[in-house]
Amino acid sequence: MGRKLLLEHINVPGINTFDVYRSKGGYASVEKALKKLTPDEVVEEVKKSGLRGRGGAGFPTGMKWGFLAKPEGVARYLVCNADESEPGTFKDRYLMTHIPHLLIEGMIVGSYALGAAVSYIYVRGEMMPQIRILEKAIAEAKVAGFLGKNILGTGYSLELYVQPGGGAYICGEETALLESLEGKRGNPRIKPPFPAIAGLYGCPTVVNNVESIAAVVPIINDGGEEYAKIGIGRSTGTKLISAGGNLVKPGVYEIDLGLPVEEFLYSDEYCGGIANGKRLKAVVAGGSSVPILPANLFMKTINGDARLMSYESLSDGGFVSGSMMGSGGFIAFDEDQCIVRNTWNFARFYHHESCGQCSPCREGTGWMEKVLHRLENGHGSMSDMDLLVDVSKKIEGNTICPLGDAAAWPVASAIRHFRDEFEWHVSHASEAVT
Amino acid sequence: MLRVEDTVQVPVEFSAALVAQFDDIVSRYPEGKQKSALLPILHLVQAEFGWTSPQAMDKVAEYLKLQPIEVYEVASFYSMYFLRPQGKYVLEVCRTGPCCLVGAEKIMDHIEQQLGVKEGEVTADGLFSWRGVECLAACGFAPVLQIGPEYTFYEKLTNESVDQLIADLKARGK
Ligand SMILES: NC(=O)C1=CN([C@@H]2O[C@H](COP(=O)(O)OP(=O)(O)OC[C@H]3O[C@@H](n4cnc5c(N)ncnc54)[C@H](O)[C@@H]3O)[C@@H](O)[C@H]2O)C=CC1
Ligand SMILES: Cc1cc2nc3c(=O)[nH]c(=O)nc-3n(C[C@H](O)[C@H](O)[C@H](O)COP(=O)(O)O)c2cc1C
Ligand code: SF4
Ligand code: FES
Repeated sequence: MGRKLLLEHINVPGINTFDVYRSKGGYASVEKALKKLTPDEVVEEVKKSGLRGRGGAGFPTGMKWGFLAKPEGVARYLVCNADESEPGTFKDRYLMTHIPHLLIEGMIVGSYALGAAVSYIYVRGEMMPQIRILEKAIAEAKVAGFLGKNILGTGYSLELYVQPGGGAYICGEETALLESLEGKRGNPRIKPPFPAIAGLYGCPTVVNNVESIAAVVPIINDGGEEYAKIGIGRSTGTKLISAGGNLVKPGVYEIDLGLPVEEFLYSDEYCGGIANGKRLKAVVAGGSSVPILPANLFMKTINGDARLMSYESLSDGGFVSGSMMGSGGFIAFDEDQCIVRNTWNFARFYHHESCGQCSPCREGTGWMEKVLHRLENGHGSMSDMDLLVDVSKKIEGNTICPLGDAAAWPVASAIRHFRDEFEWHVSHASEAVT
Repeated sequence: MLRVEDTVQVPVEFSAALVAQFDDIVSRYPEGKQKSALLPILHLVQAEFGWTSPQAMDKVAEYLKLQPIEVYEVASFYSMYFLRPQGKYVLEVCRTGPCCLVGAEKIMDHIEQQLGVKEGEVTADGLFSWRGVECLAACGFAPVLQIGPEYTFYEKLTNESVDQLIADLKARGK
């Protein structure tokens, strides 16, 4: 049985209310941090924990907090990234729906550590029900004295607001998110400067994923060293995995990092195997942006080692035979699924979501969608696969933000690992039409 | 299909209650950063009027002391704001990969058939429109759809549950 640091109480009736959450030990980390630790000591604990950003990039959270600029007389902000839109990823929505106070608690501790007097939770606009849930939780926490002026009599004051987005995947990219929070189109900014230097309204800002902020709660309660004991190597702690696709038990699971993928996929504690007695064909391990792997390469690395659910093991083999942890959006494809159709579907997604600022991304995603559409519909030619690889290479690395890469990788990896299936769509054009 | 040109261009008035909500939102940001209120205010406007009409956007610009173009460019960038009138109930079905692995495309076909209108069109009684949208962060409970303005969520859809939903909404009516 894996440890449950975030989801331990998720099934307790009424855990979404302040009173029940508090009765289960909720808000203890706020008391500990504000009363016993200095802001720098909180940052130190997070550094010791080894926590890596759960939004997908895996950047060490404590280090990012340490990078925050602190010029005299300038406001600092903590902004929670709850824009969750990466296909295959649904852990943040789940957490906010069922245990909203965990996020609020983490936001208070994080804001204290960073010296923020006002913080925002940017939630994608489609999550209106979750926005209502969070607003209610914030109101409860405020009545109980955990938010607002002079929290618990410590002299620290914090206002926390929920900001809805307008529907745009790109607003999950942190600088696009900040633009959006300033009331503008979600066009990513050029980095550097990183938000830690110039973020919201030009002020030093930390942007963190929902799960990263929630993880601060057990880190402060148990200490960073305890947290770092869980996991393997530089993949410390527990991780929420959103498991979807053709599984017996899709859902959100909290795993100890380092769990063998075999156990995650097939044991009854987790996904319970492939639905309808079918066989596994392929896996996208970390959200639609990461390379797809055929079942054999997913289960075992090219060296024959069993793959583990960790940042390092999932990326073992690089882009030739490996993938990435990404956002933990785990998508299982059974043997009946068409890789060409899915690749087209993802290409359409990225084309739809490109903000349009850089021509390689704006035009390239459109090209890829078009070529994949004709392949899927029986009008492709054998040269289309090379054309797709060529377009993907021209996008990769040539754009302002990583959405371009995110659009290129799924296409390039699908062709690398499933070229025969693409060729079949050309040679059996009339049968391929569905 | 309903077109902007065919709709009566009624001047938009914001009620005192709505403006009070706007004021509350503006108070969340530092002095002079009221533009941050734009996205939340557009959601309120859409909930009230069913879409973000040019007249309503002009009024929002006036309220926030922005140029009208600053409002148009935002409303047209984001997928949630309707730039033309819709049915009273807009069924937004997730059309992205993971949902398609478990039947989202068949659900969309079924909705099209049951409502008798194509994606983006409005039924003759003005009650319904539907469209495919991208991943709604609920892939483990697929197929899914949502209905604004509260974005009520429906999971693990089947043809039967969709029929029931449409029947319920019809009974609720205008
Ligand atoms: N959760 C989701 O729905 C989605 C997640 N993603 C993930 O997003 C990732 C890419 O995100 P990015 O933010 O572009 O990655 P990044 O590597 O540029 O940054 C990661 C974080 O570290 C910070 N950072 C990095 N270097 C820094 C420095 N020198 N000083 C201060 N701060 C620094 C950044 O500000 C950011 O918060 C992808 O790997 C993908 O997996 C992508 C799409 C959707
Ligand atoms: C196109 C794109 C979309 C992203 N979407 C999200 C998202 O929905 N949620 C998220 O937390 N991070 C997302 N990210 C990553 C953020 O830019 C940023 O790295 C993250 O919010 C930092 O938080 P963390 O360090 O806690 O992971 C996205 C990045 C890109 C390039
Ligand atoms: S890579 Fe694409 S999404 Fe990112 S800034 Fe450029 S055009 Fe916009
Ligand atoms: S793909 Fe439909 S909710 Fe994610």
